[in-house]
Amino acid sequence: MSVTELTTSGPTTTAHVVGRVEEIPPGEGRTFVAGGTQVAVFRLRDGSLHATQAACPHAGGPLADGQTDVDVLVCPLHLYAYRWADGASTSGAPPIRLFPVREVDGDLVVEVQPVEV
Amino acid sequence: MGGRDRGMTTVLGGRLDGLTTVHVDDELDTHDRLVVVGNGMAGARLVEEVLERGGDSFRITVFGDEPHGNYNRIMLSPVLAGEEHEDDIVLNSHEWYADNGVTLRAGTRVERIDTAAKQVHADDGTVTPYDHLVLATGSYSFIPPMKGVRDDAGELLPGVYGFRTIDETRAMLDAVGRCRRAVVMGGGLLGLEAARALQGHGLQVELVHAAPYLMNVQLDPEAGAILKRSVESLGIAVHLDVFATEVLGGDRVTGVGLADGRQLEADLLVVAAGVRPNSDLAVRSGLEVQRGIVVDDQLRTEDPDVYAIGECAQHRGEVYGLVAPAWEHAKVLADVLTGADPDAEYHGSRTATKLKVAGVDVAVMGVNTPERDEDEFLVISEPRRGVHLSVVIRDDVLVGATLLGDTRKVAFLTQAFDRGAPLPEERIRLLVDLSDGAEEVGVAEMPADSQVCNCNGVSKGDICGAVAGGCGSVGEVMDRTRAGKGCGSCKSLVKQIVEWAADGELTEDPAASWYVPGIPLPKPELVRAIREHELRSVSAVFALLAPDGKDDAKSKMGLTSLLRMIWGAEYAQENDAKFINDRVHGNIQRDGTFSVVPQMKGGVTTPAQLRRIADVAEKYEVPMVKVTGGQRIDLLGVRKEDLPAMWADLGMPSGYAYGKSFRTVKTCVGSDFCRFGLDDSTQLGIDLETRFQGIESPAKIKMAVVGCPRNCAEAYVKDVGVVAVGNGRWEVYVGGAAGASVRKGDLLATVDSPEAVTTLAGRFLQYYRENANWLERTYDFVPRIGLETIRAVLLEDSEGIVADLDAGLQRSVDAYTDPWGQDGKQPATPGQFRPALPLIPLPKVPVR
Ligand SMILES: Cc1cc2nc3c(=O)[nH]c(=O)nc-3n(C[C@H](O)[C@H](O)[C@H](O)COP(=O)(O)OP(=O)(O)OC[C@H]3O[C@@H](n4cnc5c(N)ncnc54)[C@H](O)[C@@H]3O)c2cc1C
Repeated sequence: MSVTELTTSGPTTTAHVVGRVEEIPPGEGRTFVAGGTQVAVFRLRDGSLHATQAACPHAGGPLADGQTDVDVLVCPLHLYAYRWADGASTSGAPPIRLFPVREVDGDLVVEVQPVEV
Repeated sequence: MGGRDRGMTTVLGGRLDGLTTVHVDDELDTHDRLVVVGNGMAGARLVEEVLERGGDSFRITVFGDEPHGNYNRIMLSPVLAGEEHEDDIVLNSHEWYADNGVTLRAGTRVERIDTAAKQVHADDGTVTPYDHLVLATGSYSFIPPMKGVRDDAGELLPGVYGFRTIDETRAMLDAVGRCRRAVVMGGGLLGLEAARALQGHGLQVELVHAAPYLMNVQLDPEAGAILKRSVESLGIAVHLDVFATEVLGGDRVTGVGLADGRQLEADLLVVAAGVRPNSDLAVRSGLEVQRGIVVDDQLRTEDPDVYAIGECAQHRGEVYGLVAPAWEHAKVLADVLTGADPDAEYHGSRTATKLKVAGVDVAVMGVNTPERDEDEFLVISEPRRGVHLSVVIRDDVLVGATLLGDTRKVAFLTQAFDRGAPLPEERIRLLVDLSDGAEEVGVAEMPADSQVCNCNGVSKGDICGAVAGGCGSVGEVMDRTRAGKGCGSCKSLVKQIVEWAADGELTEDPAASWYVPGIPLPKPELVRAIREHELRSVSAVFALLAPDGKDDAKSKMGLTSLLRMIWGAEYAQENDAKFINDRVHGNIQRDGTFSVVPQMKGGVTTPAQLRRIADVAEKYEVPMVKVTGGQRIDLLGVRKEDLPAMWADLGMPSGYAYGKSFRTVKTCVGSDFCRFGLDDSTQLGIDLETRFQGIESPAKIKMAVVGCPRNCAEAYVKDVGVVAVGNGRWEVYVGGAAGASVRKGDLLATVDSPEAVTTLAGRFLQYYRENANWLERTYDFVPRIGLETIRAVLLEDSEGIVADLDAGLQRSVDAYTDPWGQDGKQPATPGQFRPALPLIPLPKVPVR
């Protein structure tokens, strides 16, 4: 995945174009790399976009393989659910990290904190 | 305790020296005088019951022949066995009497009652007046007439003991150190307990019983015989059907002579040949005595101020030898005496006893054999395990039960016996659990830390905590604790615990009847709505039927399955509505890789197939190759992106080892090779797998076909199991399981051709698909619907739906496509096989 630095929004996050909207089928998620950080990006059937950390905090499950609805994302391994609103788990797991994501001319733009090197 | 000077007997429950009870001057006290004769289980309980009812209107005096406070007589067995210390069996100490203003005349025997003057005369010469007199004198050990059993003074020969009091128990404990061989006379409850206790002290014990079998009062001959084996296996010799006629020895016992001439050597003899009520006092005082002291329903003798309770009383012709009736007597009499309920009556006891006799669990209630022609009598006898269970049922009511060696069912039986609770139609369920029995322990008795959900490590305490923390329904508790969200086999137990913990406060969980949580409809209504509105995709279902048209992640998989069942090939596929396993046709593993299981119908393969599998495994560096429980080969640890290429190289169809669907048919080698095989199970298995391949269902479906009842491929524990029984006939079992739950399938029918098996299995499968809840396995479904109903529907077409079932199944059969062949060539969605975790190396399944 080619990473193009687009704009800097604020001092701590960097926006990255990670791919095209069509790469994510409606209702599903795909994993991308944004500035060295792995993110799972979801396109819901209502058109909204969400980006989360890629691995489930419970046991490392691939969140992009999970199922979604308008409220939550469900990890495929042990069915822990996380809310889009704040990343909190509905059943007692640690929360997941959320990243701002938007569509710009069909491009998926994700903002992440730059990886320290 | 050995060597204690018997002249200076320690008083059990004794009081400190110098303590006396101060009483108000008798003449000035206007309270009624209540005098109790006998400080045993019944007498002491009566005093307690009277005090509890605010009995301070009485001046109470208790006479006790024994010098002790009140102790628990039934605990004498463990005391004799050395398992319990005598101090721990004290019920009420002397101090307790003093504290409660009760005068205890321990060690004083009442000799005579003057009912006219209303006074009792004691052996210390005192005369005590009474307003109300209660006789609670209990029983004494019956010593049958035997030559030489008593000395010249009429005392028992040294070395001969009864087993009734703490003093006798102490004396025996004192003697065991000096003795080697004991004979116990009497094979009833007491004799067996004594024998076992003495044997535990290292004595060689022989038991002599006059009746033809042990515990003949409580048990039937068969049960008695089984008990004998159990007792003998402890190393106790048992002599039945023979009287002891003579006690040998001059100054102390050296042996016992039997009626048949045999002589048994012994330096200790326990006589436990029954008890007799202590009624001589009543006889001497002119009260009516038959077997015991005769009383009416208020425990009153013919003298209106004299009562009798406990083992000395005879009520409606019955004399009891157990503590429970004695305590019931005490309750009723306390009600009558204190006026708490002046009309209280006692109507007899239904005695249900649970005991441990000589290490064997015994529970008996009511009659032990049928008495009338119409009585139902059910017996399960397992002599080898020492188990004998029987029940007697009269007019649909339990009138007796005997449980020997296994008393797990005693709670239910006691209830049924006491309250006439309705009995299960299948009587055998009274005695054994036909299901897996996992939930047998009552939830109330389960310790809080016992694990309920093994998958998620949730204990009973966690569940109760969630209820206390405000969860008002089973669903909420399951969400909060994750209990029941693993394999699901504990769900019914979780439900029971939640109901118990909420104690009626539970809000009815409407969602419990819904097929999936996101659509508020039970399955039949949901199916109707889907058909009516021709909803062919999951998103269409949400849009029309969900509240506010909102989708729900946890409902999608169930809806996908349902739509495929309803529409077959006309279902509109939406990959996001599928679980990842169904999106990529493999089972996701803990590290995000997948397993690949090619179809191998009936577990039959070929060298060419094996060679291809081996080549593919090497080419893709598959970390583990494993033979599965379903008779196939599993390639584990495959990267998602490698799946399509692997399928292409394998050139074999998917084995569906990942879906909520029909999985596999295990078979044995059947009649082709096996010398026991009765029929061609292998071919039938292959045919079934060909027909049902890929068919989705509410939960996974596993089948097996075996060529004879030896059951090598485990057909008895499959969702559908087929067993060849010879002459071209096959048994079809349904609802079996051997996973987290273990259940033997129920015999649906015996049919006479492989075609008939295929038709019937298909009909059952379709009936299950249309009626089971999402994720409800057949082992829950079959008992829920009931085998009789399923038989009626499938075999007699009681609902007229068989033709529809057949057609519905056929539609799904026709819609079958091999997902590997399909998606392997042309991905269903963009990036269908793209890695989801490309960067962070996760722990891999270890390579062995
Ligand atoms: C070893 C053993 C094990 C048992 N196990 C069980 C069991 O597991 N389950 C069960 O239900 N039952 C059991 N029983 C039976 C149970 O103990 C009796 O049913 C119960 O004790 C009866 O109570 P009671 O008050 O009628 O008689 P008791 O408890 O015998 O009390 C009668 C008291 O009256 C005193 N007394 C008698 N005459 C006089 C008098 N003239 N003046 C003053 N005092 C007098 C006696 O000394 C005695 O202390 C067992 C008994 C024994 C001996």
